[in-house]
Amino acid sequence: MIFGIPIQAFAGQLLVGLINGSFYALLSLGLAIIFGLLRVINFAHGAQYMLGAFTGYLLLAALGIGYWPALILAPLIVGLFGIVVERLALSRLYEVDALYGLLFTFGLALVIEGVFRYYFGVSGNPYPVPSQLTGATNLGFMVLPIYRGWVVIASLIICLATWLLIEKTKFGSYLRAATENPKLVQAFGVNVPMLLTLTYGLGAGLAGLAGMLAAPVYQVSPLMGSNLIIVVFAVVVVGGMGSILGAIITGYMLGLAEGLTKVFYPEASNIVIFVIMAIVLLFRPAGLFGKDA
Amino acid sequence: MPEPATLLSVRDLNAWYGESHALHGVTLDIREGETVTLLGRNGVGKTTTLRAIMGLVRKRTGEISFQGKDLMRMPLHLTARAGIGYVPEERGIFATLTVDENLILPPVVAQGGMSVEEIFELFPNLKSRRNSPGEQQMLAIARILRTGVKVILLDEPTEGLAPVIVQRIGELLVELKTRGMTILLVEQNFRFASKVADRFYLMEHGKVLSQFAVGELESRMNELHEVLGV
Repeated sequence: MIFGIPIQAFAGQLLVGLINGSFYALLSLGLAIIFGLLRVINFAHGAQYMLGAFTGYLLLAALGIGYWPALILAPLIVGLFGIVVERLALSRLYEVDALYGLLFTFGLALVIEGVFRYYFGVSGNPYPVPSQLTGATNLGFMVLPIYRGWVVIASLIICLATWLLIEKTKFGSYLRAATENPKLVQAFGVNVPMLLTLTYGLGAGLAGLAGMLAAPVYQVSPLMGSNLIIVVFAVVVVGGMGSILGAIITGYMLGLAEGLTKVFYPEASNIVIFVIMAIVLLFRPAGLFGKDA
Repeated sequence: MPEPATLLSVRDLNAWYGESHALHGVTLDIREGETVTLLGRNGVGKTTTLRAIMGLVRKRTGEISFQGKDLMRMPLHLTARAGIGYVPEERGIFATLTVDENLILPPVVAQGGMSVEEIFELFPNLKSRRNSPGEQQMLAIARILRTGVKVILLDEPTEGLAPVIVQRIGELLVELKTRGMTILLVEQNFRFASKVADRFYLMEHGKVLSQFAVGELESRMNELHEVLGV
């Protein structure tokens, strides 16, 4: 017993918090990368997450392609979709006010979700847990469904890999430099327009990967993204717009905070993240990891 | 001895910042291996001339050719690839990058650039990886030397630096000249410029007033006093 709560219930809610936090971290990471370089608030991020889940679902339903190949294919397909969107539309909006990018991605999200709702309804479709990851293991203090443990580990690996890509590689140094001063980086001979395209593709691909990971946990539904994206925006604001590490750490922290609230005061669990956001904004308007302007 | 070939040629260059007409028909010729300095008071268009050559100011008319290549229609990132390096007035050191990352950031565009070892030999201070204004300026120049460009556009490299660093940069520019580098320098510090430059263009109100070689400096002092107020 911890504070009068059975340890199984406590650990169970912490796990739910950690799972949610994994998706918050993956999604806010992509949003932070896109915002940092493109200065676009990507409202289509939730739709791209949903596209990832549906790509996996359709690959299985139509072509019989299973979870593991889909884990590679879904992010690639969603990333390619992002690249096409950036080339055809977003790239034409960089010269105008940032509001246009926000409105465009918001509209795009509505269109994508509308199309999927038309064909698939809102009830959602189950996606089977891959056979290697079915079942549960008894950790002594709680029973852990193996797939959920895999989600936590996979998201940690993806976050770490993305962080390394940005902090330790040549591509990452271009990306960081162009985030500071894109014109100068281009004047040095770096193809910055291409860098912007690839970065949007990377962010969209990360959202697609998160969606594919989520497919066996949640129902594959056209609205799965829009339910999540509002929370993810709160995570990005708390972490600090454009801060990569801030997005990752805040994602996990707020997921856990939400889980803990479910244990101690379930009524507040839906709003706790927004309460934290309001408090953080009062004391640190640039976010926990953001640089003060 | 035959005159060296013209490397960078600018004809009747006009440039605008929004509605503001900043350059009114600038014409320049930079020959291979020369150090040329643009002189003039604040706001006469020296920095704008460099930015327009580089392609950072896109609203421009006239002709800019480099080794016979037309730079006017070239996308920004291909100007550097053609062989022109740029050291901006604000130095442009990236705060989120380490000194080493800053040093190797600009892509190598041609053979013949310095290796990182040679750069550390020429700039021993960079090894300390500190971040004083002088070291930032050295770093801003050093990272361009790695790329193998033929011409460096250098905007006020001595601004705000201690005399001992200014002297060090002067020595460096002379060293670069002996290695055959072509330099287009913007400089307010007239004494500094007179020590490193072969030729001068005097600018006022977005135009070139006159040009002269370093040997004519004495006979031009009255004109310079009048235009520069030095």
